[in-house]
Amino acid sequence: MPHFTGTDLVCFRGERTVFTDLDFALAPGDALVLRGPNGSGKSSLLRVMAGLSQPLAGTVTWDKEAIAEDPEAHNHRLHYIGHADPVKPVLTVTENLNFWISLRLEGGVDDAIKAALGRLGISHLADVPGRFLSAGQKRRVNLARIVAAPAPLWLLDEPHTALDQAAMDNLDDAIAGHRDGGGMVVMSSHAMAAPEDAQTIDLGHFQERAH
Amino acid sequence: MNGFLQIVRRDLHLAMRQGMDSLMVVAFFVIAVVLFPFGVGPESSILARIAPGVIWVAALLSSMLSLERLFQADYEDGSLELLALQPVALEITVMAKVTVHWLTTGLPLIVAAPLLAVLMNLPDDGFVPLMIALALGTPALSLIGTIGAALILGSRRGGILLSLLVLPLYIPVLIFGVSAVDAVIGGFSARPQLLILSGLLVAALPLCPWAGAAAVRQGIE
Amino acid sequence: MFHRFANPTRFLRFAAVIQPWIAAITVALIGSGLYLGLFNSPADYQQGETVRIMYVHVPSAWMALFCYSAMAGACAIALIWKHPLAELSAKATAPIGAGFTFLALVTGSLWGKPMWGTWWVWDARLTSMLVLLFLYLGYMALNNAFDDPARGAKSSSILALVGFVNVPIIKFSVDWWNTLHQPASVVKMTGPAIHASMLTPLLLMGVGFTTYYLWVMLIRIRYEVTANKIRTLQRRQAATGESQA
Repeated sequence: MPHFTGTDLVCFRGERTVFTDLDFALAPGDALVLRGPNGSGKSSLLRVMAGLSQPLAGTVTWDKEAIAEDPEAHNHRLHYIGHADPVKPVLTVTENLNFWISLRLEGGVDDAIKAALGRLGISHLADVPGRFLSAGQKRRVNLARIVAAPAPLWLLDEPHTALDQAAMDNLDDAIAGHRDGGGMVVMSSHAMAAPEDAQTIDLGHFQERAH
Repeated sequence: MNGFLQIVRRDLHLAMRQGMDSLMVVAFFVIAVVLFPFGVGPESSILARIAPGVIWVAALLSSMLSLERLFQADYEDGSLELLALQPVALEITVMAKVTVHWLTTGLPLIVAAPLLAVLMNLPDDGFVPLMIALALGTPALSLIGTIGAALILGSRRGGILLSLLVLPLYIPVLIFGVSAVDAVIGGFSARPQLLILSGLLVAALPLCPWAGAAAVRQGIE
Repeated sequence: MFHRFANPTRFLRFAAVIQPWIAAITVALIGSGLYLGLFNSPADYQQGETVRIMYVHVPSAWMALFCYSAMAGACAIALIWKHPLAELSAKATAPIGAGFTFLALVTGSLWGKPMWGTWWVWDARLTSMLVLLFLYLGYMALNNAFDDPARGAKSSSILALVGFVNVPIIKFSVDWWNTLHQPASVVKMTGPAIHASMLTPLLLMGVGFTTYYLWVMLIRIRYEVTANKIRTLQRRQAATGESQA
């Protein structure tokens, strides 16, 4: 069973040390919640886990192999939700999703998109161009993207942003479903709502230690 | 291959929906060339003498205009970092961007070149070598320019800085591109120049996506 | 050996010790080179006394190319091994190299005026120097175009390597272009065949310029390291809200 671990991670961004000696370990089905004030490094840690940023020291491994060894394989196994929702204004929701899903699925793209839109409760937006969507709707389209094509590791940066209660419930269901299937989730969240059995890392205490 | 085609398809789709970039590039190309008769006078022998150089320089500048936006839109809305996280090698993504740039900028320039050659009184012999040289040179310009576009991601100054970075690197293509046309007009073969242009293109094909991917990686860090 | 100097404080101590020596050597070399060149070497039968500009022009051109290579090498080390001093040396080298390039252009121009009557001639070497100057300016502009200095350093490192690969290509193209367009009667800028009494001052100037480069580079790196320390202190002060002595 592949484990996702990080050891002795040190992150340095914008000329300051964000965190040092950080460890984590996730088994299939686990959830990890990152807490801490703004600027404490939650996004930085997620980006290090995704392989977007390189840590100053330490390693992130999947199944005991460093992710830096094979970035493409790592990309294949993860989904990332960042701060921005990449929805092109001139393309419809379906066209937007079609692009991202076609990069991951060989066939059955249309069905996968329809199913994902249904699970996120936005089937009615299928043919709406991106420029007419609200922030919450764009976020839901972004979430539909990760639901449509399976990948074992979900890295979510503030996924609840701009979502109303119904949408948040959809998201929690999606996360629960993903974990039941053996997937792992790492997410940063201001919101109180988090899976009860989740591990937590509080990045705020790195800030206090630095003083 | 699938990833490459998907990205090219989407970017072309976006280019068509978002309108008339290619037309504006061609319009700039034409206007830039047309300035020269105003500047040096309409005497045909002078125009004919400077025609290859003027057309090539205008092609360089036009090619450079659309480079700034190559990665910018995707960078700003988060698509670029998401592309870097897809199971498609970043080098292939960059190559797809280069291809789209050439299709929307280089190819229209090649199509518009004969019209400009007529305006600048280029001797008849020069038309074919001009087209061939542009066909070999404009992809090289797209390849080199894409590196520049990736290097300025997240920088303060963007477009003007891009020109300073990329134009010196364009000089070899310019020299051999013009020389090819001049050679044929002068009664010589353009084979050495065209071979060198092909060589530059072949060398740029693997190297530029590699350097461009490195530049994109540091840009999205 | 370089691992020892990854520690900035250790490097600063080392730099402080050797700097006066390098300064002294530089003054000695350039002084003797100029003396021999200006007073002790033969004038050219064709160009007269003005050929003596060669003693500054030729070493400057050497240094322009040498500095770019050193800069590209440092950038490669910075990208592959992430040695902190490598990035600083590249950043420090650029303005020095640009300065030598500019000096080569100016002395070339001064040399050309008596020969051809114009201040500028599109000679192959001068033209290549001009393009090299643009490569330097591009590097410096890109380095300074980012709010985060680390980003600027990485981006410009890639540019330096791309430029380095292009330098021979550009040189080849400019030579080609020059032979196509060169009128037959132009006297080449390399001057007459090098005689022994001319070789010595040229070499002295060449080595002297190199030690001058090392001298200025030491000064600039010390400046950059100190500037980094000040920035860190300022940031810490902003974070804690107290002043640190």
